[in-house]
Amino acid sequence: MNRMLAIVEREMRKFFRSPVLMIMSMMLPLVQLIILGNAFGGKIRGARVAVVDYDRGPQAVKVHEAFDAVAANIATFTTVRYDDEDTAREDVRTGKVDAAVIIPAQYSRRVYAQAAPKIGLVVDNTDQFLSASIESEMQSLVNAMNQPVIEDRVVKQIALQIVELYPYVEYMKYLLPGCIALAMYISVMIGGGMLYIDDKARGVHEGYLVTPISKLELVMGLNIAGAIKAVLSGVCLTVIGTLMAGLGVIFHPMAMLNMLLLILGTSIAFNGMMFLMMVRVDDPLVPRAMFGVLNTLLYFPSGAIYPIAAFPKWLRAIAVVDPFSYAIHGFKATLLKDGGFAAIQTDLLFLFVFGIGTLLIATPLFKRTL
Amino acid sequence: MSFRHHKPEPMVEGTPLAIGVENIVKRYGDFEAVKGISFSVAEGEIFGLLGPNGAGKSTLIRMMTTLIPVTAGRALVGGYDVTKDSDAVRRMIGVIPQALTSDPDLTVEENLSIYAKLYSVGRAERERNIQEVLEAVDLVKWRDAQTKTLSGGMRRRVEIARGLVHNPSIFFLDEPTTGLDPVSRIAVWEMLNHLKKTRNLTMLLTTHYMEEADRLCDRIAIVDHGKLVALGTPVELKQSVPGSNVVEVQFQREDDTWKARLEALPDVTEVQSQSAGVYRVLTSNGSKTTTQLVEMAAGLGEQLTSLSVQNTSLDDVFVHYTGRQLRDEQVKPVNFVMPPRPGAQP
Repeated sequence: MNRMLAIVEREMRKFFRSPVLMIMSMMLPLVQLIILGNAFGGKIRGARVAVVDYDRGPQAVKVHEAFDAVAANIATFTTVRYDDEDTAREDVRTGKVDAAVIIPAQYSRRVYAQAAPKIGLVVDNTDQFLSASIESEMQSLVNAMNQPVIEDRVVKQIALQIVELYPYVEYMKYLLPGCIALAMYISVMIGGGMLYIDDKARGVHEGYLVTPISKLELVMGLNIAGAIKAVLSGVCLTVIGTLMAGLGVIFHPMAMLNMLLLILGTSIAFNGMMFLMMVRVDDPLVPRAMFGVLNTLLYFPSGAIYPIAAFPKWLRAIAVVDPFSYAIHGFKATLLKDGGFAAIQTDLLFLFVFGIGTLLIATPLFKRTL
Repeated sequence: MSFRHHKPEPMVEGTPLAIGVENIVKRYGDFEAVKGISFSVAEGEIFGLLGPNGAGKSTLIRMMTTLIPVTAGRALVGGYDVTKDSDAVRRMIGVIPQALTSDPDLTVEENLSIYAKLYSVGRAERERNIQEVLEAVDLVKWRDAQTKTLSGGMRRRVEIARGLVHNPSIFFLDEPTTGLDPVSRIAVWEMLNHLKKTRNLTMLLTTHYMEEADRLCDRIAIVDHGKLVALGTPVELKQSVPGSNVVEVQFQREDDTWKARLEALPDVTEVQSQSAGVYRVLTSNGSKTTTQLVEMAAGLGEQLTSLSVQNTSLDDVFVHYTGRQLRDEQVKPVNFVMPPRPGAQP
């Protein structure tokens, strides 16, 4: 027991003496949270839409008024008047404007005659996100204009009434659970992967192996130290990230307790997984080479930045065995939904079983000799 | 409670045995790194293992320190079998590896303290031991310094202190002065001699420095190609080489016949040809051979560029037993060496 604690002491002294690991493990997730959270979080504003009006009748004026209302309020787009369709199309193609609306000649007449009036919309569909936003806004405007001035006493159309359980979740908040897990993964990758192999290559482990420390004490010492480092990274990022994203979880003791349990389970799972992968590795280049591959393989299929439901079957299979998926599901349930213990118990069970299981497999593989 | 399964046997001229190695073998697949070596080391003795690169010295020391399993044969350290009682062996030994493995981010005292804890040394004893070993290696005033701020010689002394912090009775040192400047090397020699006297330590060391082996070791074993090729005290080994003196001569003019002419001189036992017309002549009578050599050169009308006479050294013993051929060291496939850390002393 004392020998195991000596290993933990050595690792923690190194950790606190050189805070590089802590800083490096939080740098990428924090940058990701700030940049991606702000870049992808907002709605489209200020897109430039060309308007070519060949009609110039009263109904076309109504369309212009609707566009002006959008520009003045929700500001999804502003309009620019064009005289001919060809120039407008060319400017959409070259990116001078983001879309073009063509109001054809005889539009007003067709509206009054109820003869299938049409408005054309030219969009640059190489940018799916922007074109979808403009299409959606235009569709809303057209729907509004299609509404009869005097409604029937009995509404015949079916309406979908949407109830949102939680207040609007900005993308930064959505991203935070993934960033916490990513910080812990980087901490484990550097502390449990790279530094572990570097110590091996420097002969530090050789120094341990000539002492009477047992295999179990050494494995446990290294993993407990790794888990403590990952927990510290997770807690730091939870505090900083929730304050940045405007979440008040850290001020709710029960939610914070659930977060701590999840962080502990995640650190054990990540450490066990990393130790299993590194237990027979001697070359310090291996963990460095694996860093990016594992990051992509485990982080992206986990639902951290895109919902798992949108994945193909094979990618969903990875998500099922990926500890990131359970960590992020648990973090989301606690940070965004205040789901309580019931919402995270499956995640906790998987994380602890996965962590202990991988350690149980890795321990016999650990060589007590060189 | 005793863990001892095998009592030490009195060996080496009646002195109790500290290390006993019997027909020890180490194989890596088809490659046999150590081929049935046997020797014993008495308590309190400093025993040197010499040999060219790849001779099997480090493999031998790693088997004795339980770092690698023994393929065949038996090694007893402090009376314990390294295979059957490896934990008991580890409690008795201190090991100084070839590389500097003390943690550069930790202080000298922290390094020692953590190692004492790995040997389960209690708090009071630990504090006392740390003070004692720091005094022994003259690092008391550096106890709170981070190891990375120390010079190479001081770091080597930290390694020695670390190996002693649990009061071992047998000390293994793998090339303890490699990479040190001559002053630091002499300081380490003096320290090891002092430790031997004050702590009655048995030491087994490997080295490439013949002077180091000559000055430190009571007995020396020369290992080559995984076999023991010579064993004895430095004096015995020097005497075992034909010729008690070495005459080193350089002729102004190089000639293919010099070697044969020198070998023909009386009392000459061996002639080694070196670069640039230099010859090392091993002879049983240095002064007589010198006179004959000068007369021979004068008779042939040849000029000598340099001439010196010296006693046979361990270098001569080493070359005599291992030959002059360069060796390709057999290394493990994965042998990545980390670059030094920024700010670390070389």
